[in-house]
Amino acid sequence: MTDATLTQGRSTSPFAGLMSGTVGPVIVVVSAIMAIWYIAAVALNTPFQYDLYERAGQTDVSTSQLITDTLAQKKPVLPAPHQVVIEIYKTTVEKKITSKRSLIYHSGITLSSTLLGFLIGTSLGILLAIGIVHSRVLDKSLMPWVISSQTIPILAIAPMIIVVLNAVGISGLLPKAMISTYLSFFPVTVGMVKGLRSPEVIHMDLMHTYSATRLQAFWKLRLPYAVPYLFTSMKIGMAASLVGAIVGELPTGAVAGLGARLLAGSYYGQTIQIWSALLMAAFLAGSLVALIGVIEKLTLKRMGMNR
Amino acid sequence: MTALASAKDTEMVVNKNSASPNRVIDIDNLSLTFETNDGPVHALSDIDLKIDEGDFVSFIGPSGCGKTTLLRVIADLERPTAGSITVNGVSPEEARLNRAYGYVFQAAALYPWRTIARNIALPLEIMGLGKDVQQHRIKKNMELVNLSGFEKKYPWQLSGGMQQRASIARALAVEPDLLLMDEPFGALDEIVRDHLNEQLLQLWAKTNKTVVFVTHSIPEAVFLSTKIVVLCPRPGRIYDIIDSDLPRDRNLDIRETPEFLKIAHRVRDGLRAGHSYED
Repeated sequence: MTDATLTQGRSTSPFAGLMSGTVGPVIVVVSAIMAIWYIAAVALNTPFQYDLYERAGQTDVSTSQLITDTLAQKKPVLPAPHQVVIEIYKTTVEKKITSKRSLIYHSGITLSSTLLGFLIGTSLGILLAIGIVHSRVLDKSLMPWVISSQTIPILAIAPMIIVVLNAVGISGLLPKAMISTYLSFFPVTVGMVKGLRSPEVIHMDLMHTYSATRLQAFWKLRLPYAVPYLFTSMKIGMAASLVGAIVGELPTGAVAGLGARLLAGSYYGQTIQIWSALLMAAFLAGSLVALIGVIEKLTLKRMGMNR
Repeated sequence: MTALASAKDTEMVVNKNSASPNRVIDIDNLSLTFETNDGPVHALSDIDLKIDEGDFVSFIGPSGCGKTTLLRVIADLERPTAGSITVNGVSPEEARLNRAYGYVFQAAALYPWRTIARNIALPLEIMGLGKDVQQHRIKKNMELVNLSGFEKKYPWQLSGGMQQRASIARALAVEPDLLLMDEPFGALDEIVRDHLNEQLLQLWAKTNKTVVFVTHSIPEAVFLSTKIVVLCPRPGRIYDIIDSDLPRDRNLDIRETPEFLKIAHRVRDGLRAGHSYED
């Protein structure tokens, strides 16, 4: 007996088996997005296509011809998905990694400052949280600054950081990483403060009856308790780091990185290039967050915390 | 005693000594008042209590009578606002720093990321004991609470009763002479509770520790204790102290005997009288 007959035996709907897994729903959602994207591409590119026809003196263009043409423009308002995919393919697989036109090369530049910034940001966040949890003074004095730091638009402060660091002779990777740090330390601080404070009263009392020192209570109780919180906030911090790295590439007139690709694309109206850089950034963020998810799963499994 | 004293006399002296052994806890005129937004709350008022070595003392009373608070004062988890208390002849804080007691909470409070064996190792790690000593004590105390074979399990893989036994093993691993237990079996069903009560008595007989036990179950208090302290609320105070004359070596059948029922009756009377105070 095959799965199909089993499925049909149980349910009246032939699609019930397909939709019960994860593959079915994912395919449906992706197809829906694609459909909306294509429809939007046709609709948004039609006015310019009519201009083109007018200039070329073409009349009586069939609808199917119109649709084909709107999906094949060189600088469309909204490029079609397959145009973006082809562009990504050309700039990743067909170009050498060392080439200035390789998307992988640019992703690598952005990735390095993302990771550096994330590392510094996460460490800073953890250290701040430890200070805030253990000292009332730090809690009162530091927390408002931590929060207000995030109310400043990153686009406003990014050039300042670049300029100031440049003035003291720091350039290259670090200034961009600092912007990633600026964005990523915040979720880690907030998450870790919450996590380090999450042990139940009964657990703290237990430590007290053992006459444990603050250091022992930290290592043996607070820190393990905070691990799940750390991973959750690291996921947010990682995505924020990538945004920070890209934003950091914009005001510097950087020649390399996904931000630089976005900037160059918008200078020359290369919408396909912009979209391929955007998709690459999304893919990068997704992979990085998924990677943290995998590490989280392994860590919690080792700690016996996944049931 | 003279040199002519017979063997029998000597025996009597020994008995006399064991009848008035060392004082473990000495509470004198102790009060504890919590300052709250609604005004002061008199959690404990004029508590006088002596507990000797080898006693099994139960605090029983309705909610809010301060029985848990009194236990927490002994453990230095709360500070009294008046009166005096000594544990092993020193202040509760010093006793805590000397690791004089093991404390069993209402919930097992095991760390979910530690196996049972490593949970029991926790206080030993904090005390800075060597690995060999730790292993020895883990093994010994897991045997004592009948948990051998569950060393590598995580807390969530154990039943509530087993978790609570593990937490008792953790308290015993410190090897304290004094065991403080705050309604350790309160969350368990009657059958498991009876079983654990019997095991606890055997444990107490084997180790000759002093136990202070908080409960609001009359049968539990009478079955376990050599001394029952009845508390009543508002303000939390001692209403009655009953020295049980039941034999130390007892099993669950004793609950059907007239002696047992007589003590249970006196406890119930005390609880009722303490309650009628506020009606």
